[in-house]
Amino acid sequence: MPTTVTMTVNGKTVSREVEERTLLVNFLRDKIGLTGTHVGCDTSQCGACVVHLDGNAIKSCSILAVQAEGASVTTIEGLAAADGTLHPMQAAFKEHHGLQCGYCTPGMVMSAVDLAKRNPSLTEQQVRQGLEGNICRCTGYHNIVKAVLAGADAMQAGAGERQPAEMAAD
Amino acid sequence: MYSFSFHRPKTLAEAASIQGGLEEPKLLGGGMTLVPTLKQRLARPSDLIDLSQIPELKGIRETAEGLEIGAFARHAEVAASDLVRRTIPALADLAGHIGDRQVRNLGTMGGSIANADPAADYPAAVLALKSTVKTDRREIDGDAFFTGMFETALEPAEIVAAVRYQRPGKAAYAKFRNPASRYAVVGVFVAVFGSEVRVAVTGAAGSVFRATELESALAADFRPEALEGITVQRDDLNADIHASADYRAHLVTVMAKRAVVACG
Amino acid sequence: MANPSGIGASVRRVEDARFLTGRGNYVDDINRPNQTHCILVRSPHAHARILGVDASEALQAPGVIAVFTGADMGADKVGSLPCGWQVHFKDGTPMKEPPHFPIACDRARYVGDIVAAVIAETRDQARDAAELVMVDYEELPAVASSLKALEPNAPIVHDEAPGNVCFDWHIGDAAVVDAAFAGAAHVAKLDLINNRLVPNPMEPRAAVGDYDASSGEHTLYTTSQNPHVIRLLMGAFVLGIPEHKLRVVAPDVGGGFGSKIFHYGEEAIVTWAARKLGRPVKWTSDRSEAFLSDAHGRDHVSHAEMAMDKDGNFLALRVSTIANMGSYLSTFAPSIPTYLYATLLAGQYKTPAIYAEVKAVFTNTAPVDAYRGAGRPEACYLIERMVDVAAGVTGIDRAELRRRNFIPVEAMPYLTPVALQYDSGDFAKNLDIALPMVDYAGFAARKADSARRGKLRGIGLSTYIEACGIAPSNIAGALGARAGLYESAEVRFHPTGSVTVFTGSHSHGQGHETTFAQIVADRFGIPIENVEIVHGDTSKIPFGMGTYGSRSLAVGGSALVKAMDKVERKAKKIAAHMLEAAETDIEVKDGRFTVAGTDKSLGIGDIALQAYIPHNFPLDELEPGLDEQAFYDPKNFTYPNGCHVCEVEIDRDTGVVEIVNFAAVDDFGHVINPMIVEGQVHGGLVQGIGQALYENCVYDEDSGQLITGSYMDYCMPRADNVPSFTVKYHEDQPCTHNPLGVKGCGEAGTIGASAAVINAVVDALSEYGVTHIDMPATPEKVWQILRQGSPAAMAAE
Repeated sequence: MPTTVTMTVNGKTVSREVEERTLLVNFLRDKIGLTGTHVGCDTSQCGACVVHLDGNAIKSCSILAVQAEGASVTTIEGLAAADGTLHPMQAAFKEHHGLQCGYCTPGMVMSAVDLAKRNPSLTEQQVRQGLEGNICRCTGYHNIVKAVLAGADAMQAGAGERQPAEMAAD
Repeated sequence: MYSFSFHRPKTLAEAASIQGGLEEPKLLGGGMTLVPTLKQRLARPSDLIDLSQIPELKGIRETAEGLEIGAFARHAEVAASDLVRRTIPALADLAGHIGDRQVRNLGTMGGSIANADPAADYPAAVLALKSTVKTDRREIDGDAFFTGMFETALEPAEIVAAVRYQRPGKAAYAKFRNPASRYAVVGVFVAVFGSEVRVAVTGAAGSVFRATELESALAADFRPEALEGITVQRDDLNADIHASADYRAHLVTVMAKRAVVACG
Repeated sequence: MANPSGIGASVRRVEDARFLTGRGNYVDDINRPNQTHCILVRSPHAHARILGVDASEALQAPGVIAVFTGADMGADKVGSLPCGWQVHFKDGTPMKEPPHFPIACDRARYVGDIVAAVIAETRDQARDAAELVMVDYEELPAVASSLKALEPNAPIVHDEAPGNVCFDWHIGDAAVVDAAFAGAAHVAKLDLINNRLVPNPMEPRAAVGDYDASSGEHTLYTTSQNPHVIRLLMGAFVLGIPEHKLRVVAPDVGGGFGSKIFHYGEEAIVTWAARKLGRPVKWTSDRSEAFLSDAHGRDHVSHAEMAMDKDGNFLALRVSTIANMGSYLSTFAPSIPTYLYATLLAGQYKTPAIYAEVKAVFTNTAPVDAYRGAGRPEACYLIERMVDVAAGVTGIDRAELRRRNFIPVEAMPYLTPVALQYDSGDFAKNLDIALPMVDYAGFAARKADSARRGKLRGIGLSTYIEACGIAPSNIAGALGARAGLYESAEVRFHPTGSVTVFTGSHSHGQGHETTFAQIVADRFGIPIENVEIVHGDTSKIPFGMGTYGSRSLAVGGSALVKAMDKVERKAKKIAAHMLEAAETDIEVKDGRFTVAGTDKSLGIGDIALQAYIPHNFPLDELEPGLDEQAFYDPKNFTYPNGCHVCEVEIDRDTGVVEIVNFAAVDDFGHVINPMIVEGQVHGGLVQGIGQALYENCVYDEDSGQLITGSYMDYCMPRADNVPSFTVKYHEDQPCTHNPLGVKGCGEAGTIGASAAVINAVVDALSEYGVTHIDMPATPEKVWQILRQGSPAAMAAE
């Protein structure tokens, strides 16, 4: 039975007709055309689909679009500033070569931003544990961990200086 | 996923009544088990009743005996709650080690115990912390709540509203995780109430259980050494490619020792 | 360094801009107008006769457009998926090569074998309808393990292959080896299993078929590492589409690790169905489907023996391996346990005599083919475990025994007894660098400290050599390859001096858009921003073989250099004309063309402009334009090598192994981008560690059902399973036969790591009398050893 779902995605209100069985990730990819959020598994483990829902990192493959009715969603496309300036975490992933094939990257970055927001002073161990819900097959995690630590520092340093679109959206 | 209809009641009463005329309704908590199950087409409910908009199911409250936690409390919320960390820190610790961070941001306590997955963490707390499960229609003694693998004392359409946990003198939860799925291969919750010691074990068998051999040993001598050489004697321990029954039995003792150490 | 983005600089990656902002373009991101969706009905049985497929109910379901079976494809004369390498039995007869149709016709041979394709307006509708396709199966006995498949009364997977033997092949001189064993002072023996793995690139496979009736042109968008190979195999052998009417596009691809080299049935199905229906057809794999249907890796059972003299000098190695091919021969399957495995069994050692025999076996499991390393990890693991066992037998320190048997650097080039000629490598140097990195000498103190904390500690070495860039084509052809093994490149200077490079290599994480651009920027002294690398689309790039076997830089990079040589030669002629000098007087450096001894010079940009606006141009002698193409066929393999050291701690209570230190020293020849190279090493190491400690593909032996069919049971290494690494490389031993002096770095980490980890685990457990443990060394497996008690304790009882 098709139904209409309305939510805020990357700061914009969107409304689409969907089947009730539509997952949030498919809503984002197929209905809104935001294909940056990926699907890497079907058991809620790989984290390629991580987005922020009302400011919390969640796996968009494990929630129905109708469950996100009225919510605010931020995807990887909504992370950089309006002028294209990369979010400090995105910039850190580039600087520290925290990505190779790029497929896990959107979920990894969204998880990392959430992790850094909640923990002002992360340790390597906390980063490794904090990313247990995101699988990367390319990097061996070494450079992802470096990137997240650097990105978290940059977020700390930049806090108060500017409000990334993502923060405002949350 | 098969097609279904979706409902979002605003009150507990509405959630209860709405189910009346439906063919095969299913309650949706955080969905961390149900949605993947639907994706795999392993269930075919006619309707999903989303419990996320019901204020009565939310909140964490201090009670005279301990805590009352609303069924819709997300794991991350329990893990981060100052009240829980102050009152029953072992419970916050347990909630903070369920699944991964993203799962904890959606998964709910009520969903976890109603599903009664043999490898879920919360059932160990329910059993160890002398709890009472409040539903939309009655109160169920936590000791009698879990009746088997994926089975509980809940009647059809009955909705878990909250769980009341009693504050122990000390408690800790130690888990040995499945390296792949990260569910508990064995999770042991040790709680001390005066002279009574409760040792609840999840993951090891078809349903959560209390390890009476370990409880009596610890009641006599609350030190890890007291568990030396004691192994749970059960013939219903789980076995899979990750852990044989023997290994699980061994891990129960090891995790119990670690929980005792963590109790301080 | 002349150019800040030239060779040797850790240039930040060009491709990251799109990947970090969600603007990558993966196959599942592609949607064609009027597109339909395909869901495949797969056999739930490991072995069954297909008595009938009834699609009548499915065809009535909402949105369903068609249901296709093997018979439908057969009626269109769709061919078998070809195998790209023919191996022979010991007696010279060719391997058994049963047909492998995209949709199974009469028999399903593994769980996941395709039996029907359902095409509908939406993916959900196709999935709904797929459940309504009634397949009448007659279940047959199945066999999943290679050993059981060789038993006398085993179920037969293919009637064409009696005893389930695909081939029984050998290499080396058995008589010489036997003689060496007869005179040996010590013999070390080892039985081991190289466990089956599922490659698991994070992007599941996907394919979109499109057909333009007006032009008769087919387009296939696919998750491939080598689009031209797919075009050739699918066009020529399966669907009968000539190359000029078939375009294959592999856009951004989310990792491959070998599993996206092969031509899969799904590609043929969507391409064929798109024409049949006159509408685009899209198929995207679920992860669960990927577990069933992606080609798996490894799955060897081996017995090995090493003969030594009294001083531990290796005299001879004898190896017997049974390799599981799965149910059908995947594209390059036969080459993996033969020419990419047994030829590497000399390792870094001067063992004078080696004999290996390999029996390849059909089973009712998914096809097995190349997975990162592809044969070489199996060889390295076997040798490096063997050396540790040999050290135990002789009582010689493991590092010392290796050193004693290394091929000395002075012996290069060195011809091994198993047909390879190593061109360069200083193995002792690798070891000398590696050991201090982990404070090898201080290990005993660390072990004692661990013991005080109730833990076991072990250290393990692995000194690997591998072979990249299979070549040359004529030799490979003589050994059974049915494809060329060169690479292509086109360097197109544009009038205003920017450059587009078209490469036959394919990047799916390796960063070619950056590395290849560095090579061009370096050569012509231009900013990297002025260079664009194009790959992955057969309508744009010259015929290329794609990316696998760590070949891109060594082969594709060499083709790029050859094309740049041609550009430079032509530019030099143009410069001579413009500068009114003899060509022999023109000196070229960093893209500047100078008349020797003068200050008269031109930049490559000036020359490019003149090449396209040839007003002052030697038109009698040269064509206009500055656009050159080259193919490069290597003279030999390249031989990356190195030394990995792993240190582990083991929890005695739980059996959990923790890697506490891991160091890798690698010789990749020259390095273009150190940042990218180190990243390749890190990722490779974790795949090797994954095999050693976590990953295992398990089929139920009786039913042939895949037990580890998702991330719930197949343990992927996560961030908290592995440490940070200490990685070094040296450039003292460049490849001697390619223009960049490069060797390849994509697989090295995976090849070396598993043995280092298991050698460390066995070392930690040695006080329990353990000499070997099969991978993965799971907590329970380790605990089962520990629960037996230490030898000392047992002796005391």
